Amino acid sequence: MLVYILRRILYTVPIAMGVSLVCFALIHIAPGDPLSAIIPEGASPDTVAQIRVAYGFDRPLPVQYLKWLAHVAQGDFGLSIMTQRPVLAEVAPALVNTLTLAAAAVLFGFVLGCLLGVASGYLAGRPTDKVVTAASITGVSIPHYWLGMVLMVIFAVNLNLLPATGMGEGGSGTFGLGWDSLQYLVLPALTLSVIPAGIIARSVRGTIAEVRKQDFMQTLHAKGLPGRRIFVHVVKNALPSVLAVMGLQLAQLLGGSILVETVFSWPGTGFLLNNAIFTRDLPVLQGTILVLAMFFVLINLAVDVLQTVVDPRIKRA
Amino acid sequence: MTAPERAAGSPLVEVENLTVRFIGRDLDICVVNGVSFTLDRGSSMCILGESGSGKSVTLRALMRLFPPTARLQGAIRVDGVDVLALEENRLRQIRGGLISMIFQEPMTALDPVFTIGQQIAETLVYHEGISFRAADARALQLLELVQVPSARRRLEAYPHELSGGLRQRAMIALALACKPKLLLADEPTTALDATVQIQILLLLRELQRELGMATIFVTHDLGVACEVADKIAVMYAGKFVETGSVEQVIDHPRHPYTQGLMNSTIHADMRGVALDPIPGAPPDLTDLPAGCPFAPRCAAAREPCLAVQPELAVLEGGQQARCLQYAPGPAFSEAALLKAS
Repeated sequence: MLVYILRRILYTVPIAMGVSLVCFALIHIAPGDPLSAIIPEGASPDTVAQIRVAYGFDRPLPVQYLKWLAHVAQGDFGLSIMTQRPVLAEVAPALVNTLTLAAAAVLFGFVLGCLLGVASGYLAGRPTDKVVTAASITGVSIPHYWLGMVLMVIFAVNLNLLPATGMGEGGSGTFGLGWDSLQYLVLPALTLSVIPAGIIARSVRGTIAEVRKQDFMQTLHAKGLPGRRIFVHVVKNALPSVLAVMGLQLAQLLGGSILVETVFSWPGTGFLLNNAIFTRDLPVLQGTILVLAMFFVLINLAVDVLQTVVDPRIKRA
Repeated sequence: MTAPERAAGSPLVEVENLTVRFIGRDLDICVVNGVSFTLDRGSSMCILGESGSGKSVTLRALMRLFPPTARLQGAIRVDGVDVLALEENRLRQIRGGLISMIFQEPMTALDPVFTIGQQIAETLVYHEGISFRAADARALQLLELVQVPSARRRLEAYPHELSGGLRQRAMIALALACKPKLLLADEPTTALDATVQIQILLLLRELQRELGMATIFVTHDLGVACEVADKIAVMYAGKFVETGSVEQVIDHPRHPYTQGLMNSTIHADMRGVALDPIPGAPPDLTDLPAGCPFAPRCAAAREPCLAVQPELAVLEGGQQARCLQYAPGPAFSEAALLKAS
């Protein structure tokens, strides 16, 4: 198994290279000149050429890529065009904020999704199952920016129970575990958790209903095992496919939701991306996407490794 | 005196007038319709029949291994325990304890994500309250008992890592874990290669004698029936149509259906002989004929067979057959054969 895991880790290197290549290419694929945001209007061709050289745009693309990669490998993502601060200094706090939000949404969405999924998987075909199925389809279908605004209207505006936007007075710097901070987390996390909850409920339900139809369930009953032990068997059999879905959902949450973070002015990666797009801040865009893509790669790696640990049928040679 | 001791002189299994129906939203099928039999301690019986004859359902009824849509009537007593009256809790104790079961397809009957050892051990843990550690040691002994080579290594193996024969041996070890008094086997060799089939049958017969278990086999294979059973019951459309000792039923089948089964069995010295299969298909259980359910396929059927449901007639030596020719009224003997052949 260890060999398999090591090999799987090795596989991530070419994937990561590919991802970095795409991120690098973004600047050149994006329509318009990447320097248009910096170059003052009416600048002379000489100035433009100078800026071009200063940013290294005069070099051939492969050279540019390798130089960029070497910098990135050292944590140097360049300077933000808008703030003139290092991109990493912009991305890191945004990432922490998004992680905080994602963690809360995962906690709520995954737990709710699993509970509902197990209940309706065990009661497949009964009224409970139908209600849960309807609820999860609704959950998956509701546009979350709309849900976010509705929740805001209800809980922040009408009931005045929770803050509408932001992370509190100190911003991300003073965000802690107290209610003072956490109250800002409730609405965006709730909004963000609805879709994963629905998707996971559907997938857990399907997997559990499927496992419970397998022949070996009869053997477990014939052995006289109590229901709680049979549940352990059901869970262990359902786990590999549920893990895969959870991994994808987690990766998506980490990517941050541009819409939800914008609606709630949550200073996360989605919010950052949104700003970077509108200000054509390409280094920030590039850095953020690269960091997020790496998270995707890492989460996929983690899911694959976990699946091998849980499911002996996956070849470990 | 406890129930098992009181029952020591009596048969281990007593089934009286068992019926099993499956009831759903738009279905109501009576799959087993009035089955009665007894089985002595340590002896073995084989229920023979085509698919859909109700043989597997009869077997499962002995430990009530059914989805909630099943309705059981009649009486089942195993070792003095009234199986149909048991609450869920007590039922769990006899499942795998007093009565255990071997299934047809050892690949799908074992949980693919637990090792063989874990699956044997957990039965012991929950029935005997011993630790997983102690249960592991017992699991090893059990694998050795069913002659699994390099048993210690196989304990750590997952079902997909074993061959079909070894998987079925593991399944048997699992069934024997808590020393059941009654072993149920649902076509235990059907999914296996011919050479492995014989090994498994011989193993089962040996274990049965060694451990003094009573065994009920279900099969559609006459060869298996002869090999393992003391007693044979032939089932058709939810009823026993013929019962008797192996010698009686195999050498002198009395029911036309059993005779048909014998004629449609292939063996080596039949080369060049035209096969004589039973014509037609088993009846639709939702729409059984008014008379004998076998009459539409029976070469010996006469007019009254279509109207009267025959009872089991007791013949010499205790052999029983459910056919009007053994309880003939004047109307039967006078009526002409329905099929001119």
